Amino acid sequence: MSKGRYGIHGGQYISETLMNELIRLEECYEHYKQDPQFQAELNTLLNEYAGRPSLLYYAEKMTRDLGGAKIYLKREDLNHTGSHKINNVLGQALLARKMGKTRIIAETGAGQHGVATATAAALLGMECEIYMGKEDTERQALNVYRMELLGAKVHPVTTGTQTLKDAVNECMREWTGRVNDTLYVLGSVMGPHPFPMIVRDFQSVISREAKAQILEKEGKLPAAVVACVGGGSNSMGAFYNFIEERQVELIGCEAAGKGVDTALTAATIATGSLGIFHGMKSYFCQDEYGQIAPVYSISAGLDYPGIGPEHAYLHDIGRAQYVPVTDDEAVDAFEYIARTEGIICAIESAHAVAYVRKIAKNYSPEQSIIICLSGRGDKDVAAIARYRGVEIHE
Amino acid sequence: MSNRINNKLQKVFDTPNGKAFIGFITAGDPTADNTVNCILEMERAGADLVEIGIPFSDPTAEGPVIQDANIRALKGGMTTDGAFDIVRRVREKSRIPLAFMTYANPVFHYGYDKFFARCGELGVDAVIIPDLPFEEKREMEEPACAHDVALISMIAPTSESRIQKIASEAKGFIYVVSSMGVTGVRSEIRTDVGAIVESIRKVTDVPCAVGFGISTPEQAGKMAAVSDGAIVGSAIVKLVAQYGNDAPAEVYRYVKSMKEAVLQI
Repeated sequence: MSKGRYGIHGGQYISETLMNELIRLEECYEHYKQDPQFQAELNTLLNEYAGRPSLLYYAEKMTRDLGGAKIYLKREDLNHTGSHKINNVLGQALLARKMGKTRIIAETGAGQHGVATATAAALLGMECEIYMGKEDTERQALNVYRMELLGAKVHPVTTGTQTLKDAVNECMREWTGRVNDTLYVLGSVMGPHPFPMIVRDFQSVISREAKAQILEKEGKLPAAVVACVGGGSNSMGAFYNFIEERQVELIGCEAAGKGVDTALTAATIATGSLGIFHGMKSYFCQDEYGQIAPVYSISAGLDYPGIGPEHAYLHDIGRAQYVPVTDDEAVDAFEYIARTEGIICAIESAHAVAYVRKIAKNYSPEQSIIICLSGRGDKDVAAIARYRGVEIHE
Repeated sequence: MSNRINNKLQKVFDTPNGKAFIGFITAGDPTADNTVNCILEMERAGADLVEIGIPFSDPTAEGPVIQDANIRALKGGMTTDGAFDIVRRVREKSRIPLAFMTYANPVFHYGYDKFFARCGELGVDAVIIPDLPFEEKREMEEPACAHDVALISMIAPTSESRIQKIASEAKGFIYVVSSMGVTGVRSEIRTDVGAIVESIRKVTDVPCAVGFGISTPEQAGKMAAVSDGAIVGSAIVKLVAQYGNDAPAEVYRYVKSMKEAVLQI
């Protein structure tokens, strides 16, 4: 079995042109992971620039309203740039600079990862180009302008379904053409090895903090950790340091779109099958011939036809469970948490909130549930208004 | 691991000057009939091997020309079974060596054993999978070998230290990628392809064919001069895009000129 395996998943299914670069990336990463100076630099950026540690907030009103477990929110939405994406991007951009790269490229769905990458590039003085599905540039126009303000060049991707998977395709093509000065800063725990490992490690700060915070507040581990899953970076970060704690349930919320019994869904575990795509073996939404299916979700960040290989493995061994949450449920939860807690969260994160609304009452008040609130929802306000039939003129 | 060249593929390089011309076409672009006719015309024009692309929804190694061909073919209803049927129809009239080029997922989904068994039955002599590097080839190699199908190894301008191990296990022929990036017509090929081929020669006598970016007879001649053959894809697919079901005659004319350039070295 080749490198970077999680059970049968993972691997390096990528063109020969990129292989030496991936090997170099892995070697550099392994080197700097052990380098105290690199770690110190990264920690300074995370703490002084990105605003870590993020709060673990006790959502008292929500807890009272749902009538069961104590609900805690891991506030990744309060990070600089408004989501968990900055955790990984600062790590990878710093790594890129150490490797002597002067340019970083990235895909983006909702625009969160693109904005974070453009931010890190501005801060570290690197050239930056972002690939974003044309459809996504339209539904997240504000984020496009935000990236441009930060000095990045945004390429609308017009191939295929014009969404996240096509942005990844285009980024891989671009990287294949130019590896010497460029690092592809992948945004999720997906792609060929070593990306799923690197992104997971950089995102695991979420659960490292959350574990210490919950032990301090509750004196014991949570009953469950719940996070939304597209490619799966915030959820893998939120799960990682709890994987060995068998009593903690790990629950990933997939975007069911209009429902898992319709074609308009992006719920990979619920509707997908084993395959090889974007450099990895994992589960994908695809047809009987292995053609990748066009997927749908109201959330551009979860609108991806696959799932990271480590999640696929956690699913296989039953360590984590993956549940579908529809557009309707997510939009209701988006509005619910705004009214109840005064927090406008990302529509992605609202998928996790929606599921906790359903299950909280199954737990006792002595138990706690941590929801990873992966991002803030400013970017989604216009889309939610449209969903509710409200016209907003900016 | 044996370096023995599969007999049918040896025929590819058994030309007056030992140089081969290899053409590529996407299956079902825009129809299966057109693909069958183009393959037969390529053979008549002197092509030594034809690569048939099984379309994939997300061809990450392809430039815009072949991406569009994949979309046209899938829209037209082409499938993996449809591509096998094209081979069956070609085999009614021709014994030209054939290869499939596609991505790992369609092959994985079809089932490795079933896929390579059908290749063996119908006479597909080689399979090229751009997203299956040396490290991942084991899972397909066994079923490919069992059905006497060569799983083609690719070597890129960035392969450097990897050339030795890739070449030492290569079978059939080696696909030398001429340039960085994706497939597509290039005005100039800057890589020192000759040096790459020389490094390969130190390890194996498996023939080397060069692809990516070749479109003119001059480029084909240059590449064949430093290797054992030239592979042309996008330039042929462009003709298909332009002429649709009238493409076979144009493809014939084009391949004939390319083949002549390769033979003149």
